[in-house]
Amino acid sequence: MRYSAYSIIKQALSGNRLWKPAWREPEPKSHYDVIIVGGGGHGLSTAYYLAKEFGITNIAVLEKGYIGSGNVGRNTTIIRSNYLLEGNIPFYEFSLKLWEGLEQDFNYNAMVSQRGVMMLAHSDGQRDAYARRGNAMRMHGVDAELLDRKQLQALMPYLNYDHARFPILAGLLQKRGGTVRHDAVAWGYARGADMHGVDIIQHCEVNAIRRDEQGRVTGVDTNKGFIGCNKLALATAGHSSETARMAGLELPIETHVLQAFVSEGIKPAIDHVIVYGAGHFYISQSDKGGLVFGADIDYYSSYAQRGNLATVEHTMEEGVSLIPGLSRAKVLRSWGGVMDMSMDGSPIIDRTPIDNLYLNAGWCYGGFKATPASGFCFAHLIAKNESHHVSRFLRLDRFERGHMIDEAGKGPQPNIH
Amino acid sequence: MASLITCPHCGTRPKEEFSIRGTALSRPHPTASEEDWHAYVYLRENPKGRYQEYWHHAGGCRRFLIVDRDNVTHDVFSVVDAAAIGRLSE
Ligand SMILES: Cc1cc2nc3c(=O)[nH]c(=O)nc-3n(C[C@H](O)[C@H](O)[C@H](O)COP(=O)(O)OP(=O)(O)OC[C@H]3O[C@@H](n4cnc5c(N)ncnc54)[C@H](O)[C@@H]3O)c2cc1C
Ligand SMILES: [Zn+2]
Repeated sequence: MRYSAYSIIKQALSGNRLWKPAWREPEPKSHYDVIIVGGGGHGLSTAYYLAKEFGITNIAVLEKGYIGSGNVGRNTTIIRSNYLLEGNIPFYEFSLKLWEGLEQDFNYNAMVSQRGVMMLAHSDGQRDAYARRGNAMRMHGVDAELLDRKQLQALMPYLNYDHARFPILAGLLQKRGGTVRHDAVAWGYARGADMHGVDIIQHCEVNAIRRDEQGRVTGVDTNKGFIGCNKLALATAGHSSETARMAGLELPIETHVLQAFVSEGIKPAIDHVIVYGAGHFYISQSDKGGLVFGADIDYYSSYAQRGNLATVEHTMEEGVSLIPGLSRAKVLRSWGGVMDMSMDGSPIIDRTPIDNLYLNAGWCYGGFKATPASGFCFAHLIAKNESHHVSRFLRLDRFERGHMIDEAGKGPQPNIH
Repeated sequence: MASLITCPHCGTRPKEEFSIRGTALSRPHPTASEEDWHAYVYLRENPKGRYQEYWHHAGGCRRFLIVDRDNVTHDVFSVVDAAAIGRLSE
């Protein structure tokens, strides 16, 4: 069923009794051309683009929980392409372009809101670094504007401009950045993939990867039995080391928890996404009125989807030092998600040394914005056995070859990327 | 994560006094192969469950410690001075 104004009126007149579930709940078949492990944003978008753009429709997405239970439904919904490095900018810009056409493409309202992402600078050095970043972006055809204090004060009068240690000097604005309703992204891709014949199988955990004598992958053991496949694609953000281990691979990844917070609903106050350059605090206001914000990861390795109170305190302190008025808002909820922190802070979309095994991993805390491009490029790789040109740097062997993509320049220390 | 860590030198202290360095791996010999060095610098077993991690007691004795803990339940099993382990394995 296509969604349209007409379908809404028709349903309204029939008391909304005729809506159908957005996707089927099939039993797994014994064999698929492609099995995708992980029904997060990346797994679902991969299935969608494989079916829609690359003509492979005999696909299963196996998800151990329910659709949207992972990071795709836990992130702070920020999308942007304000990167610095060659391996990243074209990829994230491709993603932003896909976001811009996504709702028409998959016929689902994902509430893509290009409200602008502002990164604040608090020292001369940081302003210079942002000027450089903005120039790098513009050289790649990406929009970027460096704003001075006056211009910022007109746009965001509520910020703490004269903080004694971290005054606000400038801001790098990407107007095309913004937010997207994250659950709707999972649901929209799931529904779109299902409409192309993809089987989405929830509550199906992969426990082992089976291989033949030549070492090629032949299928997976799950709590719903063995399911065979020609190609196996891992998109298990946060658990990539665990699933890769089933095929005997060790990855350049450590798993960490990141927390997020939402306040009570208040009147419209914050129009943009704001990123605090002196800490790592970021905030936006949802359409319901809640302030959605977060900061750093908890620094210790964790597979628990819950964080530590010290980080909560740290986040609140950063928030209040940037926006003093925040101290008046009550926090309603907080939660955590576990993520693959890679050794250079950048992701991996690549084949593996094992035949028929493909890897999509290492998204750190920035993989939501990548969801469309990640799915598109991973689908390209799976279908054609070669990288899409915008993801060609995101290779698994780049660490061995010395071609790290280290945006923050922090070295192989996953908890500080 | 547990809020209190018992440092073998300083006693029970708040977790915020420590900074976390990552998996407690032993450094390869300087003449070890490139593969060994690559594995040491970049590859991680990253197990779900029991895990040994270097913690630096930055706000205390400034010793490197090895915290043996569970990264799902957050139980801490032991905290020992890293040098003690290093000497044992020599
Ligand atoms: C608090 C928080 C805030 C964030 N904020 C942002 C942001 O503002 N902007 C941004 O760009 N990014 C953000 N991120 C990062 C982003 O959410 C992730 O990088 C991205 O969602 C990861 O891809 P995914 O959607 O496929 O992951 P997930 O939704 O986590 O999907 C992976 C799925 O694999 C499943 N799985 C794992 N193991 C198995 C198995 N053995 N068998 C079957 N299924 C399995 C899991 O259940 C899970 O559903 C944030 C992350 C967190 C935690
Ligand atoms: Zn100590």
